Amino acid sequence: MANFEKANSFNQWMDQRLGVNTIKKVMQTEYWIPKNINFLWAMGMILAATFGLLLISGIFLLMYYKPDVNLAFDSVNYIIMSEVGYGWLWRHVHGVAASVVFLVIYIHMFTGIYYGSYKKGRELIWLSGMLLFVTFSAEAFSGYMLPWGQMSYWAGMVITNLFSGGSLEAYGLVEWIRGDYVPGDAFLTRFFMLHVLLLPLAIIGLIVLHFGTLRLPHVNNQDGEEIDYEEAAELYKSGNHKDSKVIPFSPVFLSKDIFVMGVYFILFFYLVFYNFQFAMDPVNFDPADGLKTPAHIYPEWYFLWSYEILRPFSKDLGLVAFGIAQVIFFALPFLDRSPNVAPASKRGLFHIWFWLMLLDILVLTFMGKLPPTDALFANIGLVAALTFFALWIALPIITKLEKKL
Amino acid sequence: MNKELKIFGVVTFFTLFLYWGVEPFAHSQMHKHVESHGFTYDGTADIKEAEAKLAAAKESGNKVEKAEATAKAKKEFWANVVKISKLKGDPVAGEAGFAMCAGCHMDGAMNMGGVIPPSLNHAGSLYDKNYLIALIKNPAMAGNVDHKYKDTSMHPMGSVSSMITTDQDVANVVAYLKANKAGELTTKEAFTEACERCHAMRYAKTTQLGDTPKFKYKKDELKHQVKILEEQDLVKAYMGKLPPDLSIIIRARSEHFLETFVENPQSQLAGTSMPRVGLSHEGYEKVKEYLTEIGDPSKPAREAIGPWVILFFIIFTGLAFLWKKEKWNGHH
Ligand code: HEC
Ligand code: HEC
Ligand code: HEM
Repeated sequence: MANFEKANSFNQWMDQRLGVNTIKKVMQTEYWIPKNINFLWAMGMILAATFGLLLISGIFLLMYYKPDVNLAFDSVNYIIMSEVGYGWLWRHVHGVAASVVFLVIYIHMFTGIYYGSYKKGRELIWLSGMLLFVTFSAEAFSGYMLPWGQMSYWAGMVITNLFSGGSLEAYGLVEWIRGDYVPGDAFLTRFFMLHVLLLPLAIIGLIVLHFGTLRLPHVNNQDGEEIDYEEAAELYKSGNHKDSKVIPFSPVFLSKDIFVMGVYFILFFYLVFYNFQFAMDPVNFDPADGLKTPAHIYPEWYFLWSYEILRPFSKDLGLVAFGIAQVIFFALPFLDRSPNVAPASKRGLFHIWFWLMLLDILVLTFMGKLPPTDALFANIGLVAALTFFALWIALPIITKLEKKL
Repeated sequence: MNKELKIFGVVTFFTLFLYWGVEPFAHSQMHKHVESHGFTYDGTADIKEAEAKLAAAKESGNKVEKAEATAKAKKEFWANVVKISKLKGDPVAGEAGFAMCAGCHMDGAMNMGGVIPPSLNHAGSLYDKNYLIALIKNPAMAGNVDHKYKDTSMHPMGSVSSMITTDQDVANVVAYLKANKAGELTTKEAFTEACERCHAMRYAKTTQLGDTPKFKYKKDELKHQVKILEEQDLVKAYMGKLPPDLSIIIRARSEHFLETFVENPQSQLAGTSMPRVGLSHEGYEKVKEYLTEIGDPSKPAREAIGPWVILFFIIFTGLAFLWKKEKWNGHH
């Protein structure tokens, strides 16, 4: 056994046993962040905070939710909303956070794309981030099933149907996923398990991985500049805060993160109290009814762009297109052939590519919600879907042509 | 700093653009626009519908005569209603006519032709005057559900026109209602009298048979449940389907939908069996308030707490800003 001296303070006592001072150094005071970054680099912490809100509000909801097709709807809409003190608050926080978290994820992703933060050592940050995106998507979808309203039921029906693989007609697989011929009790209880246990566990693990992947490459900065961290850190520690290119994560960077978070929370709670409807579709306040198909079936806004890639094509082609769209962002670090880590504005053709991609995703999103019966909208959707693939095909070519900065 | 604000501007712009696209724009495209007519009833919408059907019939060459007759009947009917509404009704003379209404509309009435006739205790304030006139002249026409009947006197209240025959008598009964049955009503009474004969409201523990009492014995409770099911079967037979429970309809439909739907259900669900409920503006506000109390009970709490939470985060952000300034001192 190691030799333990008598500790003179609580801190020392903890340090002897847990190395808290080392942990503090590694994670906070000597975790170096470049100085040259803007508030977009606070989005990661905002995501972590929003996940925290989802977790806490979810735990409160879980105390009263009943995963049973006969009870689920009223347990949410009556018991939680009318009988449980502040149940409505937790539900609205949960619903708004589930929607807003995707807005922030998209901002976070497009920030990464804009500044080229996915290459030259940062590939794993991107890949673990994409895994988070996929798991969050599954988490959001499974959560959407729980109130067992009309949209829960019909979106569940439509999305699980995709697994029949078009002409493959793998209905056995669909039934296996549902646990029944149509969404029912078995379906609800397994999605409940996924939503409150397996997927949150996976998300927590992936967040740890994502943070881990940030450690060695460090976060990028506004100019994509390569920084000699050892030198910059020495300069900072010697007291020259002005000329050093880095700052410690805590408390200097954190103080800015918290300020940005404050601004975010003002907006967030404004939505929770005064404008939560956008996050809670009215159609889902009609109880699930397997005999009554709603006039329009559409997913939540954050899935609309990929849904629109599914729709304009024939059944099989649509499925293939949809499948590719789900995973193509994983390939970004490998399809971008340019050696430059720099903001898109300095990268010529890639600059155009970035804004086209953003606009295209917006157009796909808008069209994804509209009824497919309108010929004009269907055509716009088709063009946008084709543009999406054209952009991905163009990416390796235009980045290969890019001059080294 | 300037650069940060510029980036913030770009992010805000795209966020608002995204919101516009998936909310206001999408809704404007997905739902057909129906004009509200401010809870006044002169048949304009009904006549327009009939004329549109006539035009469609002419195009297809199918059932043109029937469509023509319907359009004509509607025009005459509503012209007559407007005419009667100009007569000066005598509330005292109307009392005798009202006695006939009370023959069906009495406390503890039983189901009659599909529904239990509602209490008329507040009919004077709950319903619009023109609508009441129309209802007494021809309930199926008034409700814009004449398409359900070969002969509109088959409506469960259809026989009333044979009891109150002259236009002056109609004006008198309506004047009586406006003078004597127009007291203040609670939001719950508004719902009970206007909607409850068809729609249950389980979150308020109320059904087509009224509030569900508490029973001491399970046996009595089950007996009552059977009675409810029997009543609902009658409503279902009359309406073709059981009207939906309205517990949280306030969150399931937009305000605009509810308003225009109650004014004229055909405008939003063509061919539906729900009749128009000719509520006055005041009557509708009361019904809506009740639907809100039951379906969205946290509204007052939200309004009370909201400003404080937001104020808290404004102060939090201000303090965070000062902290940040202090920490970043000497870094630039
Ligand atoms: C033969 C029985 C009978 C008589 C007589 C009768 N009613 Fe009715 N009344 C009904 C029934 C049944 C309903 C429900 C109809 C429905 O919901 O389709 C009703 C519904 C109503 C409604 C609600 C309409 C709405 O739009 O919600 C009003 C108001 C009303 N009656 C007023 C009167 C007045 C005023 C009289 C006397 C002039 C009268 N009734 C006479 C049977 C009667
Ligand atoms: C005479 C019976 C009757 C009365 C009275 C009645 N309703 Fe209805 N209501 C129906 C029926 C039947 C339906 C189902 C319509 C359908 O699906 O075609 C319905 C459906 C509805 C719907 C759902 C429409 C949709 O989008 O599916 C709403 C909202 C509604 N009623 C509100 C009201 C309100 C508010 C009142 C009272 C002011 C009321 N109803 C009075 C019979 C009635
Ligand atoms: C949903 C949960 C997520 C959390 C909690 C999270 C958290 C973080 C944090 C704290 C950072 C460091 C600070 C910052 O740059 O913002 C970061 C960086 C990063 N994240 Fe995420 N992230 C999540 C999802 C994603 C997704 C979906 C992607 C993209 C596929 C992604 C890609 C990146 C990249 C590329 C960086 C590096 C940025 C740089 O180097 O400048 N992350 N993330």
